[in-house]
Parts: sequence; structure tokens; C-alpha cells
Amino acid sequence: MELLHIADKTFSSRLFTGTGKFGSNRIMEEALLATGTELVTVALKRVDLDKEDDDILTHLNHAHINLLPNTSGVRTANEAILASQLAREALQTNWIKLEIHPDPKFLLPDPIETLKAAEELVKLGFVVLPYCHADPVLCKRLEEVGTAAVMPLGSPIGSNRGLDMEPMLTIIIQQANVPVVIDAGIGAPSHAAKAMELGADAVLVNTAIAVSEDPTTMGKAFKMAVEAGRMAFEARLGKTSSKAEASSPLTSFLDQ
Amino acid sequence: MVSSFSSIFDQNYWNSAKANIYAKTSADVENALKRTVRTLHDFQALISPAAAPYLEEMAQLSNTITAKRFGKTIQMFIPMYLSNECQNICTYCGFSQNIDIPRKTLNDHEILNEVAVIKSLGYDHILLVTGEANQTVGVKYFQNALKLLRPHFSHISLEVQPLDQEDYELLTPFGLNTVLVYQETYNEAEYKTHHPKGKKSNFFYRLETPDRLGKAGVHKIGLGALIGLEDWRTDSFFTALHLDYLEKTYWKSKYSVSFPRLRPCAGGIDLKSNMTDKELVQLICAYRIFNEEVELSLSTRESESFRNNAIKLGITNLSADSKTNPGGYANTEDSLEQFEICDERSGSTMAQVISAQGYEPVWKDWDSVLQ
Repeated sequence: MELLHIADKTFSSRLFTGTGKFGSNRIMEEALLATGTELVTVALKRVDLDKEDDDILTHLNHAHINLLPNTSGVRTANEAILASQLAREALQTNWIKLEIHPDPKFLLPDPIETLKAAEELVKLGFVVLPYCHADPVLCKRLEEVGTAAVMPLGSPIGSNRGLDMEPMLTIIIQQANVPVVIDAGIGAPSHAAKAMELGADAVLVNTAIAVSEDPTTMGKAFKMAVEAGRMAFEARLGKTSSKAEASSPLTSFLDQ
Repeated sequence: MVSSFSSIFDQNYWNSAKANIYAKTSADVENALKRTVRTLHDFQALISPAAAPYLEEMAQLSNTITAKRFGKTIQMFIPMYLSNECQNICTYCGFSQNIDIPRKTLNDHEILNEVAVIKSLGYDHILLVTGEANQTVGVKYFQNALKLLRPHFSHISLEVQPLDQEDYELLTPFGLNTVLVYQETYNEAEYKTHHPKGKKSNFFYRLETPDRLGKAGVHKIGLGALIGLEDWRTDSFFTALHLDYLEKTYWKSKYSVSFPRLRPCAGGIDLKSNMTDKELVQLICAYRIFNEEVELSLSTRESESFRNNAIKLGITNLSADSKTNPGGYANTEDSLEQFEICDERSGSTMAQVISAQGYEPVWKDWDSVLQ
């Protein structure tokens, strides 16, 4: 399997994960280890930066796990920039998952504020991974201001609906010059495999693992699905066709 | 576009809403359970007497939906009573102006004494509570309290008298995140009998408070009706109607609903509508099935066993360690309390109960840098 490069880092796992919704931090740690993930996003609002031994961070302290702080909770570009600066200082990483969802009900990203913040954060030296709509033009605009990847949603976050946005995701993947990470809505390993088969560079999964009856086994299932999907992509899938083979060719007269 | 909830309220009548709820059939309940997107009609069916036989099914559904949105987590918070001075008469409240109890408003020193105890208990989310005494406990007092508390807490909520929009705008820069304002009852005709005197007797000023909060950009708004004053099903329908309107109008704010059941207090009144534990479970599940994203909060008014079991039913926020008298954490003498606490367990005991059920007690889920 090809390695994935984003900014200055190289990943052998194409499964990124979240840290919310687990029944305990110990369960989270065990599940994330089973996924083989090398990039884990953490909500700044959940971390107690004043505490040296914050419980979430302690459970993520593994050599192969990179932290990706996120700005969940902010409503504007300005708030996102302040939160990113705090995260950089406190967690010693210039990587940031930019999330601006002013709507706390459906947690849908604000495209205008996200683009504004992304541009500013890139100037400030951040490696920006923006959570955004499955909007091909928006993804190009984010790429143009210098984001290190784009993270379009597969379907509404937490919905477990899979790749409802597939036609748009296909265009985004086809057009992108930066890695495409499908970020939200992936509810089953088959969804993750499908995303990888489409050519996504990685997926980010949280709810489906955290809320399952057995997060560790589910984490492993996602690991296998992402690997299978990526291998299938690299081996090139055969074309599917629902068309019948014509019994009387229309162009055979040319050979006569 | 409507400018406040009053115009929607005026189109809904207490008696007809009540009649609609009590006319719901088991077919209505089954339809409500089947749907993927639910309306206020479905909510009426789910809180109706017809839904009682479906309680286990509702509980299972509520459990699944809650886990999908909130995961296996319960947020912990603690109330801090700043003052029991009050110029309102509320027939059910221990702080009511006509009740002869010593009145107390905490000064800076006393607030910081409370902070020290509360922090030692592990809390990071705090709810500030007062009566209504605008001269002594007004915007200036709240600004000062927020200034004292902000360095110690990640998330600060207020449950005080309704204020003007401009007042809320003066408090958010000091770290105010959430405001809880319960309508007590949406029965306009009876409201006055429960609130005969004081600024609180103005039904519509209170009713439009969430509109003012939404306009002021307050992050989270808490709603509720006081269960026991009037028919709880009808009051709950109006609370849901209010929630539905607010979510669409002030879409950048988050919402929570609480279920305060009246408990014995110094005032002591006869309850018109007694709600059983089964009915409270039905109501909690109905809210969750109706609205997958709203936070549902349960206080220490409820019993140990009820709270233990509510963790899996759809509740997302729990208080613990609560003292309902100003200065109650630093001074152990039990006096002047607003109502009697039923579950007196500590936050750390509660956290063990939560963990034992496979849930994570969450002490911090906000940061002042985010606003």
C-alpha cells in the first residue's frame, strides 16, 4: 500500500479517528490502538490544558499517534484562529483540524468562515485540514489558499449514513491536488471501504467506532476495510457495466 | 418572519392542545415511533396517555438515538447559589418574598470560598443561581461574579431573573455561555395565580426571554416547565413548541431541556399534576425521540435510583453535590435552601455510578477561548 503524505508527515495508516463519545478513555485508547490510526483528532474544548496529566491526552500518548487538535465549538473565523493559536501553544503542534459550525444542531460547516480562517491560518504557519461541505468548488478554493488537505463530509456528521454525497465526492477526488479525507457520516466499514475505492486518500471515523457495542473489534474492522478499499483502488477496479452487449454491431460495416 | 414566540403562542390554545394530546391513540404512537423525522404531532402522541404501553420501546429508541449523538457520555455540572433575595411571590418556591427566611447575597470573599470547595470536588462547569432582586443582584453584580469565576471554570451558566437583551450582551463578554429560564407554566390563565407579585408576574416578559437570549447570541438556552403546577403533558407540549420555534429562529444557539418536578420547600403547595416516575421516563424519552440533538438535564431533585437509571434513558447532563442555599458549600449548616435535595451523593460517587454503566463522566466540554 502506498504511503500517504500530508505536509511534513507520512502515514502508513489511512484511517484517521476521533476521540469523542467513548464510554471511557481506556476504551478509547484500546479501540484506537486496534485501528492502527496514526492521526487522532482531539477537541480543544475537552482537553484541560492546565492539567499536566489530562486524562484524554494521557491515553493518547503513543509514539505512532499524532495529535490533530480541532476547533469544534467555534462559530466564526476569528474564534477559530484564536483557538488554533492556543492549541498550537499547548499541544506543541502546528497541525489543526479547522471546524467552524455555527449551527450546533446539525454541526454543518460554515463555508465562508472556514475559507476565511483557512487563509489566515496558512499565513500564520499552520498545517490546515479543513472540515467542509462536499462542494467541489469550495474544496478547490481551500486548496488555493494553501490547506494541506480537504476534509469533505460523506453525509451529515454522526448520521452513519455513509457516502450520500458520492457524486460530489467523486468530482472532488478527481480534481484535487491535495489529499482528500472523507470526514463525516461514515457509519460502517463498508462505507469506509467504498470511500477508499473511490480514491479518497483517507477517512476519518469516530461515532461508528465509539458507539458500537465493541469499539475495539469495530476499530479493527475499520482498519481492515480501509486497507481493503485502498488495495482495491491501487489494484484498479474493473469497470462495471449494466449495458447489454449489442447483438448487431452498428459499425461492423466499416470493416467490410 | 415572526419577531417573537408570543405570536406563535397566541395561535395555540391551552385547552385545545390538551384535548389533542389526550385524544391521541395507539396508532398515533406507533406512527410516531416509526418515523425518521418527527413533528410536534408525534411529540403529542409520545407524551400522551396512549403511549404508556410503549414505554420500553421508547426507552430503547431513546437510548440508541442518544448514544448516536452524544456517545456514551454524561456531562457533570454543579449549581452555586449566589443569593436568595427575592421580590417575587411564587407559591411553590422556598425563596418567595413572603416567606420569612434570612436573606443572603454572597460577597466576593464568600464567592471565592465557594469556588475553593467546588473546585476541590472536581467541577469545571458551573450554574449560578439567584432569586430576583434587581437592585442588589443585577447586571453589575453578575458581571463581577463572572469576573471572579471565569478563571476557575470552563463553562458558566446562569439561572437568574429574566433580563433585557442589552443586559445579556453585557454579560457574554465576561464569559457567560448559557442561560436557563424556565417558563414554569405555559398556562397563561393560571400563571398569575402561581406568580401573584413581583416582576415575574409578567407572563409575556418571561415568555419572550429566550428570544432576547437568541438575539443576544447566547450560546446555549435552557428551557423547561415546572412539573406539578399544571397539566404536565400540556406544559411539555408548549415547551417543545417553544424549542422548535427557537431552534429554527436562533439557529446558532444550542438548547437544553430540564424536568424540574416540584419538591417540598418552605412555601409548600398542593400539586395539581402529580407526575409518576413512569411518566417522567416517558417524557424524557419523548423529548429525545422528538429531538435528537437537544441536551436533557436532570437535577438532584430526583432520587438516587431514578438518576442511576436515567443515565441510559436519554439524559445528557447531571448535577451532583448540590447545595441550594447561598454559601452552602463553604458553610455546612443547612438553612435557607430553595428546595430539598433528594440525591445527596457526591460528584465522585455519581461518576463511579456513571462509569459502572459503561458511560464516561465528562467534567470539561467547553473552553473560554472558544467564545
